[in-house]
Amino acid sequence: MLEIKNLHATINGKEILKGINLTVRDGEVHALMGQNGAGKSTLSNVIVGHPAYEVTQGDILFNGKSILSMKPEERACEGIFLSFQQPVEIPGVSMVNFMRAAVNAKRKYQGLPDMSAGDFLKVMREKRKLVELNSKLANRSVNEGFSGGEKKRNEIFQMAMLEPTLSILDETDSGLDVDALRIVAEGFNTLRNEQTSALVITHYQRLLDYLKPDIVHVLIDGRILKTGTPDLALEIENRGFDWIREEAGL
Amino acid sequence: MEESPILNKKQNDNEYVRQVAQQQYAFGFTTDVETEVIPKGLSEDVVRLISRKKGEPEWLLEFRLKAYRHWLTMTAPTWAHLRMPEIDYQDISYYADPTAKAKKKDGKPEDIDPELMKTFDKLGIPLEERLALSGTAVDAVMDSVSVKTTFREKLSEKGIIFCSMSEAVREHPDLVRQYLGTVVTYRDNYFAALNSAVFSDGSFVFIPKGVRCPMELSTYFRINARETGQFERTLIVADDDAYVSYLEGCTAPMRDENQLHAAIVEIVVMNRAEVKYSTVQNWYPGDAQGKGGVLNLVTKRGDLRGEGSKLSWTQVETGSAITWKYPSCILRGNNAQAEFYSVAVTNNYQQADTGTKMIHIGKNTKSTIISKGISAGKSENSYRGLVKVSKAADNARNYTSCDSLLLGNQCGAHTFPYMDVQNPTAVIEHEATTSKISEDQLFYCQQRGIATEDAVGLIVNGYAKDVINKLPMEFAVEATKLLSVTLEGTVG
Amino acid sequence: MDSRGGRTVSAQEQYIELFREQRTLIDRYAAPLMNDQRDAAFESFLKQGLPTRKTEKYKYTDMQQLFAPNYGVNLTRVDFPVNPYDSFKCSVPNLSTLLYFVVNDQFYTKALPQAQLPEGVIVDSLRSVATERPELLKPYYAQLAKSDLDPVNALNTMLAQDGLVIFIPRGVRMERTLQVVNILRSDVDLMVNRRVLVVVEENAEAKLLFCDHASDDRDFLVTQVTEVFVGENAHLELYDLESTHAKSHRIANTYVRQERYATANVTTITMHNGLTRNQTEVQLAGENAEISLNGCAVLDKRQHADNNTLIHHIVPSCQSNELYKYVLDEQAVGAFAGMVLVDAAAQKTLSNEVNANLCTSPDAHMYTQPMLEIYADDVKCSHGSTVGQLNDQAMFYMQQRGIAKEDARMLLKFAFVGQVIDSIRLEPLRDRLHFLMEKRFRGELSKCEGCKVCN
Repeated sequence: MLEIKNLHATINGKEILKGINLTVRDGEVHALMGQNGAGKSTLSNVIVGHPAYEVTQGDILFNGKSILSMKPEERACEGIFLSFQQPVEIPGVSMVNFMRAAVNAKRKYQGLPDMSAGDFLKVMREKRKLVELNSKLANRSVNEGFSGGEKKRNEIFQMAMLEPTLSILDETDSGLDVDALRIVAEGFNTLRNEQTSALVITHYQRLLDYLKPDIVHVLIDGRILKTGTPDLALEIENRGFDWIREEAGL
Repeated sequence: MEESPILNKKQNDNEYVRQVAQQQYAFGFTTDVETEVIPKGLSEDVVRLISRKKGEPEWLLEFRLKAYRHWLTMTAPTWAHLRMPEIDYQDISYYADPTAKAKKKDGKPEDIDPELMKTFDKLGIPLEERLALSGTAVDAVMDSVSVKTTFREKLSEKGIIFCSMSEAVREHPDLVRQYLGTVVTYRDNYFAALNSAVFSDGSFVFIPKGVRCPMELSTYFRINARETGQFERTLIVADDDAYVSYLEGCTAPMRDENQLHAAIVEIVVMNRAEVKYSTVQNWYPGDAQGKGGVLNLVTKRGDLRGEGSKLSWTQVETGSAITWKYPSCILRGNNAQAEFYSVAVTNNYQQADTGTKMIHIGKNTKSTIISKGISAGKSENSYRGLVKVSKAADNARNYTSCDSLLLGNQCGAHTFPYMDVQNPTAVIEHEATTSKISEDQLFYCQQRGIATEDAVGLIVNGYAKDVINKLPMEFAVEATKLLSVTLEGTVG
Repeated sequence: MDSRGGRTVSAQEQYIELFREQRTLIDRYAAPLMNDQRDAAFESFLKQGLPTRKTEKYKYTDMQQLFAPNYGVNLTRVDFPVNPYDSFKCSVPNLSTLLYFVVNDQFYTKALPQAQLPEGVIVDSLRSVATERPELLKPYYAQLAKSDLDPVNALNTMLAQDGLVIFIPRGVRMERTLQVVNILRSDVDLMVNRRVLVVVEENAEAKLLFCDHASDDRDFLVTQVTEVFVGENAHLELYDLESTHAKSHRIANTYVRQERYATANVTTITMHNGLTRNQTEVQLAGENAEISLNGCAVLDKRQHADNNTLIHHIVPSCQSNELYKYVLDEQAVGAFAGMVLVDAAAQKTLSNEVNANLCTSPDAHMYTQPMLEIYADDVKCSHGSTVGQLNDQAMFYMQQRGIAKEDARMLLKFAFVGQVIDSIRLEPLRDRLHFLMEKRFRGELSKCEGCKVCN
C-alpha cells in the first residue's frame, strides 16, 4: 500500500527527515513513536503533500505509484487521509457543505456521479453515530467552537465519510480524556478491514492499547532507528527513548 | 539611587497616568533668567536673523528661505478633530536665548547660569554628569537654545555624535546637509514648513555603522520665555547595524496665552539598524477653564531605509492644550519592522488628535499599532491613523488596536483609522473599542477594600500598561522624578 | 458637455443650466409637493457644488468624472416601451412576493399584482400620491434627505420628478414581501433621478426587497434618494440587491430614521455593477431602537463599490450592528467608510461595526475606514476591520480532504460573504442569494442577463 524509500525532506531549508524507509501493507496498522521534534508530524505532512515541506531525496509510492508530484487533493482522492493534530477552524463553512464537497470530489475522481442530497444526509447521520458526534456539531462551521475532543472526533467522523484506504492519525490521542479516546479508537476500529491500513503517530501506549498495531517504529532525528512488535511500544512506555539512541550509537 | 529602578518603575506605573490626569500641573514655574528675545513677527528678515544668530552656512539659510516662501503659499490644515484657536504668527517671537548673557564671543556659553541648572534639577534632569541617572545622556534645550549636552566625550569615543543641532551644523555640516529635510521635507505640511523656516535648536544624533549606543540618549525640552514659540528640530541617523534608544521629555510654565510648539523629528534607519524613540509629553495643558496651554503641532517621521530596519515609537501624551501629532514610519526596506505605542490622556479642555502612519513599501514589512486613549473632563481625544500598503509591498502585515476609555460624560473619544491596501498578499487587522470602566471591575476592587478613586486609578493604569511597559526603564525612573516634582508642595 | 473651462466647472454647470432652462418642464411633470422643494435644493446645490475627491466623504469616488458626461434626461416623462414580465418572471422559490416594477424612475402601472393590499397600504408612484394626497407625504418628503447635508440630495431634489412610495399604516403587519424591481431601460445614455419614500408607521411591519437591474447596453447614471421612516415599535426589513452591468453608475443615498423600539435590518448587496456609491445614514432617534446594517460587494474587472455609512445614536439605549464584506478580484476597487456617532445623550449605547475584505488580485485596491466618534461615557462600542487573503491552513485542510484547490477557494469565499447573507431574515431569499453568490464566484454570473434574482 505505502512504500517510503530513503525519504529526505526539509522545511525552510532545514532538513527534518533524513532518509526514512517504511513499508505498510494492506490491512496493517503501524505505530510511529518518537519524541517531540523527531519528525513525526513532518512525515505525515509530507505524505499528504503539505506545500511548506520540500522533498529533497527519495520517493513515496502509494499502491505502486509515486505520489510526489500529486497535489494534496489528488492524494486525498487516491485514498490517503490525515487526521490532523490541530484541525483548523474554518468559520462560515458548514460541516455539511464541507463534507459534501469532499465526498463528491472523491466520487468525481473515481468517475462516479455526485451523491444525492438525501443519500448524503443519510450517510452523514449513520457515520456520525460512530463517533457519537451530535447533530448540532454537524450543523456548525468546520471545527469552529469545537472542544479539543470534539475536533478529534470530527476528524474520525470525516474519515468514516471519506473511507480512505490509508489513514494517518497524527497524535489523535493528544488532549483526549479516557472516554473520548475510547470513542475515537472504537470508531477507528469499526472502520478497519483487510483493505485499509493505518499509520498511527503517538507518544504514548494508551492509544495503542485500543488500536493494536501490527508493527511499531521509533523515529529519532528524522530516521527510523528501530522497528519491532507491539512489545516495543510497551518497552518505550517503561524505558523511554534514550536506550534506543544508545543502541544506535548516537 | 537606593532603590532598584525596576521596583521604582512598577510602583509608579500604577500611579502615573492617573496622577497626570488628575494632578495640578507641577511644572508651571518660570525661571528668572535674562533671556535675549528677538522682536515679535515673522518675515524673511526674521528668518535671516535667526540664521545669522546661529552662525549658519549659506545653504542652510537658503533651506530656511525656501521653506518660508513655501509656507506663505500654504494654509493651516483643518481636517483634525480639533477646535484650533486662531494663531497670529506675527504676535510670536521666534527666537529666545536664555544663555545669551553668559555667552562669549564664539557663541558658546562659558558657564551655565545657575538658575538654568536649578531649573533642570527641579525638573529632575541633572545636568552634572556625576549626578546623572545611570546610563542616560541628556541634551537640555530651553526655548531656542541647547543649554548643555552631557556625556558627549564619552559617546564620541565610540564615534557617536550627540549634540545640539546648532553645534552639529557647525561641526558636522556634511552629515546634517546629507540628511536634514530628507524624511520630512519643508513641503510636507503647514507646520513642517514653518519649522523648516524658523527652527532653533534640537538634538542631532549619529550612530555609526555597527555601533550599539551604550547609554540612553535623551533630550529635554523646556519652554520658559513668554510669548515665544518653540521650533526645535531633531535628526537621528542610525547607520547600518547601529542601535540607539532615545528619549524626549518636555514641559512649560503656566501662561495665560497659548504657546506655539511646532517641532520636527526626523529619523533615518539604515540596514538592520534599530531606533527606539520614546516621548513623555507634558507641556502645560492650560488651566481647568481651558485658558492657555501649549499648542503642540509636531511632525515626527522615521524612514526605514534599509533591509530589516527597525523603528519603534512610544509616546505618553499627557500635556498640551492641543496635540496634533502623528509619529510615522515609512517602511521602505525589505523586512523592515515598525511599532507605535501610545497613551494619550486628556483632561479639562485639552484636545488631542494623535496617531500614526505606517507606509509599507518594502517586502515582508511588519507594523504594529497599539493606541490607548483616556479622556476626562471636557476633553476631546482622537486616534487618527493610516496604514497604507503599496503595490510592491508583498506580504505586508499590520496589526492595529485602538482602545478608548471615557471618564465622565462631557468628553469625547474618537477613532479615525484609514486603511489603504493595494497588494493582495497583505494582512491588515484593525480593532477598536470604546468603553467606560466596567462596573464589575470597580465593584470587584471595592469589594476587596479599594476606594473608588484608587480603583479607577488601578484600572486606568492596567489599561495603559501595555504601552507604559514599552518605555525604557531609565525613562520610568525619570518619570518617577517628574512625579516627585508633581507632588512637591502637596506633601509636607 | 461642452469644454468651456475645466471639467470641474462643466460637470456641475450642466446641471445648473439644465435646471435653470428646464425648470418649467420639470415642474409640469411632477407634483407640487416636490416642486416646492426645488428652489431651496438649487440654492444648496449652488453653494456646495459637486463633490471633489478632496471632499472627505467622497474621497473614494470621483463624482466630477461621474457627472461629467452628457446624459439624456426624460423630463417630459415619455413612456419607454417595456414589458417587464417578459424578462422578469419572479420565481424565488417559496417567496411569493408582491411584485412591482419601476422603469427608470416611473412606477409601472400596467402590471400590478392581483392580490388585495391590506387597508391603507400604499405602493404607488410618488408623483401621483404626492399630487393626490400631499398632506400624507408632507411630513416625510425631503425631511431626512436634506439638501444642505449632501450635494447629491440637493441635485436629486432639484431634478426628481417621480419614484416610489411605500406606506404601511399603523398596526399593519405585511406578511408578504413587497418586491420592487428597478429596471433601467433606455435607447440612449440616460440619467435617472429616482426618489423613494418608505413610511412604516407605529406597530407596523414590512419586508421590502429592491432589485436593481439594467436591461439595455447603455450608460446609465442613477441618483436615488430614499427616505425611510420606521415608527415606534415598527419593524422593517429592507434588502437592496444590485445586479446591473458595467455601464451602470449608481449613486444611492438612503436615510433611515427609527423611533422608540423600532427595529430595522438594512442589507445592501452589490452582486454585479459598474460603479456604485451607497451612502446610508441611520438615525436612532427613539430609545431602544435597533439597527442591523449590513452589506457585501463582490467585485471584479473594473467594478467599483463605495459604501459610506453613518449610524447616529441620538438617544440612550439603542443598539447598532454593522457588517460589511468585500471580495475583490482583478482591477476592482472597494471602499468602505463607516462612522458610528454617539451623542452625549446616548448613554447605554451598544454598537459593533465590522468590515472584512478579501483581496485576491494584485491589481485590486481596498480602502477601509471604520470610525467611532463618541461623546457619551457609558457605552460599549467597537469596530474591527481586516484586509487579507484566504486562510492557507484552511485551504490545505480542505485539499487534504480531496477538495480541489479552486473549489476550496470558492467555498471559502462563499463562506466569507455567507455571513452577510445569513443576516437576511427571509429564508427563501437567503437560500436564493446563497445560490446566486455561488454562481457568481463560479463565474457563471459574469454579466447581467436580466433578473438573476427573479429568473
